[in-house]
Amino acid sequence: MATLTQTPTFTPDSRSLQGSLLIRRIGKAILWITPVFSYLFLWAPILLLILFSFNAGRGTFAWRGFTTQWYSNIFSGTLGAEARFSTELMLNALSNSLIVGVTSTLIATVIGTMVAISMTRGKFPGKRILDGLLFLPVVIPEITQGVSLAIFFRVIFEFIESITGARILPGVGTIIIGHVVFNVAFVAIIVRARMSNMNPRLEEAAGDLGATPWQTFYRVTLPLIMPGVIAGALLAFTLSLDDFVVTFFNKGVGSDTLPIFVYGMLKTSVTPEVNALSTLMLIFSTVLVGFSLFLQNRKD
Amino acid sequence: MHTRLTDSTERRAHGFLLALPAIFWLGIFFLLPLLIVLGVSFLSRGSGGIPAVLPFTLQNYTYVLDTYNEVIVRSVWIALITTLICLLVGYPLAFFIRTRERDWVKQFALFLVILPFWTNFLVRTYSWRTILGPEGIINSALLDIGLLTEPLPMLNNQFAVIIGMVYAYIPFMTLPIYATVSKFDFRFLEAAHDLGANDWSAFWRVILPMTLPGVIAGCILVFIPSVGTFVISDLLGGPQDQMIGNWINTLYQGSGAHLPRGAALSIIMMLLLMFALLIYVFFGEKEGKR
Amino acid sequence: MRQFLALVVLLVLVGCGSTPTPTATPAASSMVTEEATPEVSAGTEEAATGLLATDWTCPEGYAGQTLSIYNWATYIGDQTVATFEALCDVTVEYSIYDSDESMISVLRNGNPGYDVAFPTDYAVSILIREGLLQPINQDLIPNLGNALDRYINLGFDPGNVYSIPYVGGTTGIAYNTEKFPDGITTWAQVFTAQDARVAWLENPRGMIGAALIQLGFNPNSTNPDEINQARDYLIENGGNVTVIAGDDGDAQLVQGIVDIAIEYGGDMFQQIADCACDTFAFANPVDGTILDVTSIVLLADAPNPTLAQVFMDFMSDPVVAAHNTNTIKYATPNRIAIEQGLINEDLLNSSAFNLSEAAQATAWYIADIGAEGEQLYADAWTEVTLNVGR
Repeated sequence: MATLTQTPTFTPDSRSLQGSLLIRRIGKAILWITPVFSYLFLWAPILLLILFSFNAGRGTFAWRGFTTQWYSNIFSGTLGAEARFSTELMLNALSNSLIVGVTSTLIATVIGTMVAISMTRGKFPGKRILDGLLFLPVVIPEITQGVSLAIFFRVIFEFIESITGARILPGVGTIIIGHVVFNVAFVAIIVRARMSNMNPRLEEAAGDLGATPWQTFYRVTLPLIMPGVIAGALLAFTLSLDDFVVTFFNKGVGSDTLPIFVYGMLKTSVTPEVNALSTLMLIFSTVLVGFSLFLQNRKD
Repeated sequence: MHTRLTDSTERRAHGFLLALPAIFWLGIFFLLPLLIVLGVSFLSRGSGGIPAVLPFTLQNYTYVLDTYNEVIVRSVWIALITTLICLLVGYPLAFFIRTRERDWVKQFALFLVILPFWTNFLVRTYSWRTILGPEGIINSALLDIGLLTEPLPMLNNQFAVIIGMVYAYIPFMTLPIYATVSKFDFRFLEAAHDLGANDWSAFWRVILPMTLPGVIAGCILVFIPSVGTFVISDLLGGPQDQMIGNWINTLYQGSGAHLPRGAALSIIMMLLLMFALLIYVFFGEKEGKR
Repeated sequence: MRQFLALVVLLVLVGCGSTPTPTATPAASSMVTEEATPEVSAGTEEAATGLLATDWTCPEGYAGQTLSIYNWATYIGDQTVATFEALCDVTVEYSIYDSDESMISVLRNGNPGYDVAFPTDYAVSILIREGLLQPINQDLIPNLGNALDRYINLGFDPGNVYSIPYVGGTTGIAYNTEKFPDGITTWAQVFTAQDARVAWLENPRGMIGAALIQLGFNPNSTNPDEINQARDYLIENGGNVTVIAGDDGDAQLVQGIVDIAIEYGGDMFQQIADCACDTFAFANPVDGTILDVTSIVLLADAPNPTLAQVFMDFMSDPVVAAHNTNTIKYATPNRIAIEQGLINEDLLNSSAFNLSEAAQATAWYIADIGAEGEQLYADAWTEVTLNVGR
């Protein structure tokens, strides 16, 4: 802002008018060309993916004619050439993804909202440290979080086994724990941002009017921060559904999520069914986004 | 009736209690694991089923720094290039979206940036193989026209990895910049022009400083996951393009796994990123004070 | 920092199209699942009718249980798992790995819940040495008697205490015949074809062993000096390496990404059969083809050891073994299957079952050389991986 108050140092004749026009033209051209290329860049892989999900050729990238074979394969149980790529397993992976997504979102939303309220309204020693702790999962690479959590579970499970003799295996539970870690951080950030825009006097007024803290929270605070809570929950759900790395290191046998399943297909055999499957996933998320936009517009 | 005093003491107590679940969860499932990794990085490799044993040693660090120095430098280099390209692409793109006049066009332009983000990340990355491969779209088109006689090597190299990373992280750059640009009041620009600034100096002295917070945040948001990448280099890179993340994975569960060395490499990567964050905080503070 | 928070918020608000009703997302997704399920499960049953016609019967009492298999990719017949599931009324969980070393690493990190795995000979020996397997009860596996004598009681597991034989195979050279019309017959050619694009195999012992042979040493050497020389040899001659492939070098060859791929024989024979083309070939090199016998083993801490042994017996049934070998194109040790003519003629007469005399003369098995030797190879391989392909 300070820059503006000192601006009068510009001198009109310091650069020729022609040079200025040239710069303006170049600037305009860049402003038009870059977005066109950017959108092409962003969309080319996806459009090709959709196109190739109808390609009759298997295993190669060359066009061999139109087919819907790969789609029907997905729904007829012959997904890919191998036993491990059955439709049943894919649906199992999908349901694991949803279980993990919903559970970790619920836990993270509750915990994250609580800590966000405490950070904006409460005053206690160590708040700055907690601030840093909440920020860390956002900036630490996923692979570090994934590997360290996996090592941790290993140490803990071995310890429990040595004491009680009970053997615990990684699975959906360990994945959920890992997802909650990064989701809590994101939910807290979003809810805090929402709260910082909120007038604290409203809560004080409620208190003065005789509301208990719980009533104040339930009747005043919660409705006001609700959009933030919902946005946080939606982000958490999205992050959870798309997460590969943390899941990869903390999954157990039979707890593969959809991204893990897809990775297995990509790494070891190039099946055109992958293209078909991703096209379906794209359609699904487009419908989801469109649906939420529709709801939003209807409210307006 | 509550008096102000009891109310605020109560709130203080509540404040801490409300934070407890998060403190527990992050403390046990995030901080403690990181401390364990730090501990393991100073242990020796065990044999058989035990991954790490005493005595304490610094050898993992000397070995890792000695053996993987090129990988570390390469990861930072690739991440920097990625960040730069994302900035060069993302900045004009954010402006383009901001300057759309109709609201629905603006919404749609944003939607087009975000929607690819909603397809599975792995599949999006993998589809670049279809484009860049020797029998991929670009090569077969160029070969058909006769511009090439031999396919261009565009896959399994650094080029492919950078393309994949720019592709994956461009929304991280565009959206923060858009956030600052959308708050930008174009009357400032008019004012600058009225005061005699040409386009160039208006950009350097008005637009850029005012959007700098978005630029810095975008750079950090792109740089950090770029350094930690392992899926993109795994799917698109050759042996000379593997990043720190790939080696952490290998040292954890690949051939020749060596947990203490993997832990040491993780710690080194975290220190690198902490350093980058410190720079950010430093610049951020300076920006705030000006 | 505050800007950062604001930006993340924006990312979200924009990304999610602001504030739809909270239940919209999960509800919508579960809706889709529910709709899809009945349609699909009907299809699965249909596919399940293509079961193997075996007279193997499952012992009573396993209905509803789960078996967890940990295997290589493309290493089991199409209908094998479905048939086993149907006959025993069990569920099979199926996971894959791409090298013996990574499988061993995963198990060292604590068996995450697998029952059976398919390690190569020397890997069986390592797993036994480290206590990662448990002994099998041969009474539960009567079909073990179907195996050819030369696959029984091998050096890596005397008396078959821990393992039963699955298939035999070789590691050799797959290549594009358009690029190499005269064919490839030796490792030396791979290392000298500097114009070609080559995929090496993520198999430290095999790759370093091949280099040791080039240098005139024992491929199972434990001499650090020799191993380092082999390491340097690989780095020096690795300029043509485009990728060190896990278990997908064969696919990269067929896609035209590489011209030569060091590969497991059967994997390449499958690719050739799938693409129905004559532009690819597989050679067992005459200067040191790697031989292997893959076994089925019962893992320590297996959640369901008895069902695992029932599965081992099932896999040794002649019809099942023949189906497996016909699909994956590795040689079955099942004597009965061969005698009854259940194996495809072409396959039986191909190089999957028969090694040329020249290749036979120099062929070798990877040996278990102990933990220290293993670390030598692992460190050398790290250096190789870091330095090839420049």
